[in-house]
Amino acid sequence: MSALACDGLTVGYGDGAPVIDGLHLDLAEGAVTALLGANGAGKTTLLRALTGLVPLRAGRILLGGTDLTGMSTEDRMRAGLGLVPEGRSTVVELTVDENLRLGGLWRHKAKARKAAVEEMYGLFPALDRRRRTPGHTLSGGERQMLALARALLARPRVLLLDEPSLGLAPKATAQLLGVLRETAARTGLTVLLAEQNAASALSVAERGVVLSLGAVAADRPAAELAADPALRHAYLGF
Amino acid sequence: MDRLLFLLAAGLARGAVLALFALSLVIVWRAARVVNFAQAAMAAAAVYAAFHATAATGSYWIGLATGLAAGALLGAAVERGLMRRLPAHAPLPGIIVAIGLVMVLQAGLAIAFGPEHRPMHPPFSQRPFVIGGVPLLSPYDLFTLGAAAAVMAALALLFNRTPLGLRLRAAAFAPETARLAGVRVPRMVALGWALSAAAAALAALLLVPTELGLNPHAVDLLFVNAFAVAVIGGLDSPAGALLAGIGTGLLVSLVTGYASASAAPLAVLALMTLVLLVRPGGLLAAKEARTA
Repeated sequence: MSALACDGLTVGYGDGAPVIDGLHLDLAEGAVTALLGANGAGKTTLLRALTGLVPLRAGRILLGGTDLTGMSTEDRMRAGLGLVPEGRSTVVELTVDENLRLGGLWRHKAKARKAAVEEMYGLFPALDRRRRTPGHTLSGGERQMLALARALLARPRVLLLDEPSLGLAPKATAQLLGVLRETAARTGLTVLLAEQNAASALSVAERGVVLSLGAVAADRPAAELAADPALRHAYLGF
Repeated sequence: MDRLLFLLAAGLARGAVLALFALSLVIVWRAARVVNFAQAAMAAAAVYAAFHATAATGSYWIGLATGLAAGALLGAAVERGLMRRLPAHAPLPGIIVAIGLVMVLQAGLAIAFGPEHRPMHPPFSQRPFVIGGVPLLSPYDLFTLGAAAAVMAALALLFNRTPLGLRLRAAAFAPETARLAGVRVPRMVALGWALSAAAAALAALLLVPTELGLNPHAVDLLFVNAFAVAVIGGLDSPAGALLAGIGTGLLVSLVTGYASASAAPLAVLALMTLVLLVRPGGLLAAKEARTA
């Protein structure tokens, strides 16, 4: 059964040529899928269109049996979609604890929210040590962790991540992807992981989708993609 | 010494009203990144609602509640009907629409109710208590201080200690991130405008009985001083509005008492210029985020 299905998605900005053109994509329930491609391939645009931050020109998005097309971003989040956007998306004016609680405000009642926040501190001990710290003093890695923890707190059915490794040291990237893989395996979370760092993404994914000029150029098991020298040379850069 | 004590006490009450009105400007700035130049005209409209409710019922308190409700409704209506329809990423259209709204509201109020000053009676005496031979705060000054302090404390609690306040702050600081956390941002922005306009209406309701009376321009000077206060405190900072409001109230009172009333606006402008030269973002401006 597919957790998220896109049918004929076409997305563009203003009157320009479409960035995503008639794209079809199915994400299998509980799987981690790597979304790969060069700069400008349309990865970020696709994720923003799925969450309603960029309007569709055509196409349909289904989350399980729910049609998300035409819903507002906040309603898509409440329907079970989550996004960790590119660029350490935390509210820097709020503390770590406030940022985390924000993620579960609509999902949990006060008592359950407290338990869910504590669970996230268990997953990310570095955040636990900085609960009262204002967001503007956090490092890039800490902010990326916080953005992931906030998204997980809402218990999404499908989580989209946009370049979580951007600007992070290899150790921080490995830690972040490790938590993601462990959480997906434990909870059955479906993940779409857009990454420039193809080797890292394929190491945690079961499947890889390569985007090129807004269309799917390859859609295969991750191990096969990583082992294909022609694809690696043409699209993945490793 | 007696005179100094009297002026400081009077400055405190004036400062509380200034701080409350400045706080209303800070709330709307944080919610929508707009300096609401129509805040004075909107507050005047709310005071007219209060004036007529009091006249109809004979109760100051029903008038006060009506004024606050009218302010909140007008704030939400301005956001929903006008501000929401403007381009989100450019501040100029919001400023222009707000200035246009000032003209429409003030002209409308003048046509409906006339340009003359209508006296408004305070619910408590304005005769000061005399302590040790020194006239200090009046019962109405104490009411003003108490009401302004209670509302500012309630707003601080709302914003800092409740889930709704967390939503309001997130929607104001980072709308896209808030939407991704499931926050209904447009609803929060409308609520921000309603809270802001209600706070401004209360400040105007507290001020007008101590002045010449109600007319469409009765809140203009309060807006000018409160705008300076908000800039001095830091447009993003509620605590800055409180600090700068009390400080500016004391300054205005002292300058009025020891020099002349006409020198007070100049003193406020001089203070604003001085603060901006030293701290361009205001006294309690937001801190810059770490970038590495």
